[in-house]
Amino acid sequence: MKTAWHPENTYESDILAPVKKATAVDWWLWIGLLAVVLAGLAAWVRQYILGLGVTGMNRPVYWGVYLTDFVFFIGLAHSGTFISAILRVAGQSWRAPLTRAAEAITLFSLPFGVASILIDMGRVDRLLNVIVYGRFQSPLLWDFTAVSLYLLSSVVFFYFSLLPDIALCRDRLMDVPGWKHRMYEILALGWSGHPEQYHRLEKVLDGMAVFMTMVVVTVHTVVSWVFGMTIQPGWHTALIGPFFLLGAIFSGTAAVVIVLAILRKVYHLENVLPVTLFNSLRKLLITFTLGWIYMIIAEFLTTFYGNLPEEMEVFWQKFTGDFALIFWAMVILVFIVPLAIFVFRGKNSIPWMVTASVLVNIGMWLERYIVIIPTETRPRLLYELVQGRYTPTWTEWVITASMFAGLFLLYAVFTRLFPIIPLWETAETLEHEMEPLKRRPRRFGERKASA
Amino acid sequence: MARWSMVIDLDKCVACQGCSIACRFENNTPIVPPEEAELGRSMLWNEVFPLRAEEGDVASEKAKFLTRPCMHCENPPCVKVCPVGATYKDDQGIVRQNYARCIGCRFCTVACPYGVRYFNWYAPQWEEGLDRHLNPDRVTGNKDLEGPAIRPRGVVEKCTYCIHRLHKARARAEAEGREFRPDEYVPACVQTCTGKARFFGDLDDPDSIVSRLSQERRAFRLLEEAGTHPKTIYLQEG
Repeated sequence: MKTAWHPENTYESDILAPVKKATAVDWWLWIGLLAVVLAGLAAWVRQYILGLGVTGMNRPVYWGVYLTDFVFFIGLAHSGTFISAILRVAGQSWRAPLTRAAEAITLFSLPFGVASILIDMGRVDRLLNVIVYGRFQSPLLWDFTAVSLYLLSSVVFFYFSLLPDIALCRDRLMDVPGWKHRMYEILALGWSGHPEQYHRLEKVLDGMAVFMTMVVVTVHTVVSWVFGMTIQPGWHTALIGPFFLLGAIFSGTAAVVIVLAILRKVYHLENVLPVTLFNSLRKLLITFTLGWIYMIIAEFLTTFYGNLPEEMEVFWQKFTGDFALIFWAMVILVFIVPLAIFVFRGKNSIPWMVTASVLVNIGMWLERYIVIIPTETRPRLLYELVQGRYTPTWTEWVITASMFAGLFLLYAVFTRLFPIIPLWETAETLEHEMEPLKRRPRRFGERKASA
Repeated sequence: MARWSMVIDLDKCVACQGCSIACRFENNTPIVPPEEAELGRSMLWNEVFPLRAEEGDVASEKAKFLTRPCMHCENPPCVKVCPVGATYKDDQGIVRQNYARCIGCRFCTVACPYGVRYFNWYAPQWEEGLDRHLNPDRVTGNKDLEGPAIRPRGVVEKCTYCIHRLHKARARAEAEGREFRPDEYVPACVQTCTGKARFFGDLDDPDSIVSRLSQERRAFRLLEEAGTHPKTIYLQEG
C-alpha cells in the first residue's frame, strides 16, 4: 500500500506512544467510569418511568441541577473552540500543541449538554414535537438550533484537523490490532499528504475558524437567553449573555489546563507540552478572572443601587439568604483563591495552575447554580406568597456524576485511539515544504509562510 | 367574538377556598400526597394565598387573602416561550394548554410571573372512591387534549376558565338552533363562589358585568407593570 507524505515531527514517537496500546490501568479506569455511567443511566430510566417527581424540583423551582449541568457542559465546550478557532483567527501560534486536546473537550462535553436538557424534559418521548411544531419565538428553539449547529460544526472542524494525523496513524502504526488499523484506513479518507491537500485543509480550517468564532459567541449567549428573555428578577438583565459567555470561556480554559496537565503527566509529553504553554494559559486565565469579577460587580451593583423590591428579594437570597453559603463559596473559588494563585504562584508551576483550575471549575458550576436557582425561589409575584426551596435528590447527583464520568470516559478512550497532540500542526517541516507549490501575492494581514 | 374575563372582588371574598375545591372537581386536578405537598408540588389551578402583612405594620392586623386563577394575559409570557405551541391564546383570549403536545420542558412555568402553571411530577393518582367521581368532560380533537381530561405525567397544566363549559354551552345553543349568549357560560369557581365575589363575562361587550366592574375605581390587575395585560381583574378591598 502506498503511504502518504507526512511532515517531520521530532516528537512523533512521543506523541504516538499512547495510541499504540491501552494498559491494564486504562481498562480498570474505563470499567470504573463505565460503571458510573451505567448507574446514571439506570437512575435516568427510573426517573423516566416514575416521572420527574424523583428529583428535588418543585414549584416554583421548576429547573434545578439538570439545567445547571446543561449550562456548565456547554460552557466547558467553549474551551476547544476558543483555543482552536479564536486563537487561530488571532494568529496565536503557541496554541498549536493544545488545539486537539482542547477541541476534544468541546466535542465530548457538548453531547452531555444536550443530554442534560433531554434528561430534564418531562416528556422526552415527544422530542420530535420540537421539529414538527417548533416555534422560533421560543428561546428554547434558539437553543436547539444553536447547540445542534455547534455540535455539527465542531465535529466537522475536529475531524478535518484530525485527518492528516489519522493518515499518519494508518501509515506508521503497523502493529496495532486489525480493527484499529482498518478504522484508520477508513477514517483517513485516502489522505495522501499532497501539498495541495495541506493547502486546502489550512484554507478550510481558517474559514471554519471564523465561522466557529461566531458560533461560539452565539451559542452561549443564546443559552443565557433561555433565562434572560423571561421577566423574572435576576434573570432579566442584558448582561446575562456576555456574563455567560465569559464564564463559559473561563471555565473552558481552566478545563484545558487540567486536561493538559493530566496528559502531560500520564503520557509523558513533557517535551511536547512545555511549561511555557501553561504560562500562556495563565495570562489568559488572569484576564478572565478579572473579567468575571468585573461582570459580577457590574451586575450586582446595578441591582443593589436600583433597589427594586423583587430584584432585591433575589439579591438578598444570594448575599445573605438561603444561598449565601454557595454564593460566597463561589466568589472564593472562582475569584479570590484562583486569582491569588495565578498571579503569585502560577508562573512555571503546573501543580498550582491545576489546583486553581479545578477550583475555578467547581466554582463555575456553583455560579451556574447561583444564577438559576435563587431567582426561582423568589418569583416576581409569588415572592411574598410562596417561597421556594430546593434540595437536589440522589437521582440528580447520580445522573450528574454519570455525565461527568461519561465525559472522562470518552476522552480517555479517545486518547488511546488517536494522537491527542496534533502532529501535523506542530511539525517543523510542513510550512517549508508547502512553500514552493503556491506563491500567492501576500494579502493584507496574512502571516508569513515561513516563520 | 368574545373576550372572556373574570373580576374578583376582594371585598366580598371570604377566603372559603370554595373556588379552589370547585376547580379541583371540575377539572380533575390531581391530589398529591402530603409529603409531596410539603415539597411544594400541590396542584391548585385556583390557589388561595394568605397575604403577609408588612412587618411592624400594626394597622394591618386584618387577615387578607388573594385567590388566584390564571390571569389569561393579553400578552402572555408563557405562550411566547413555549417551543412547541402547546400553550396558546385562542381567538377568545383564553390561554389554553394542549396536554397531548406539551414536551414538559417547563419553560412556561418559569416564565409565568404569576405561578399559575403546574407540572405533573408523577402520573396523577386519586384515592379509592375519588377516582369514581372524575369529571368525564374533556376537550379533544385535532391532536389536542385539553380541559379536565386526565393528564399524563410530565406535562404542564393550568386554569382554562373551564374551557369545556364554553364548548358545552356552544354545543347546546347549536343543538337548540339558536345564538349562543355569553351569559350561558361561567367557570366552576364563579358558579360556586360563596361570597358572590367572582364575576365572569365578555370584556368586548361594554354592558357586560365585567366591563362595568373593570371601570370601577377599585379595579386593578396583578403586576400591571409587567405589561402582561391580565384579563383576570381584581377589585381592591375597602
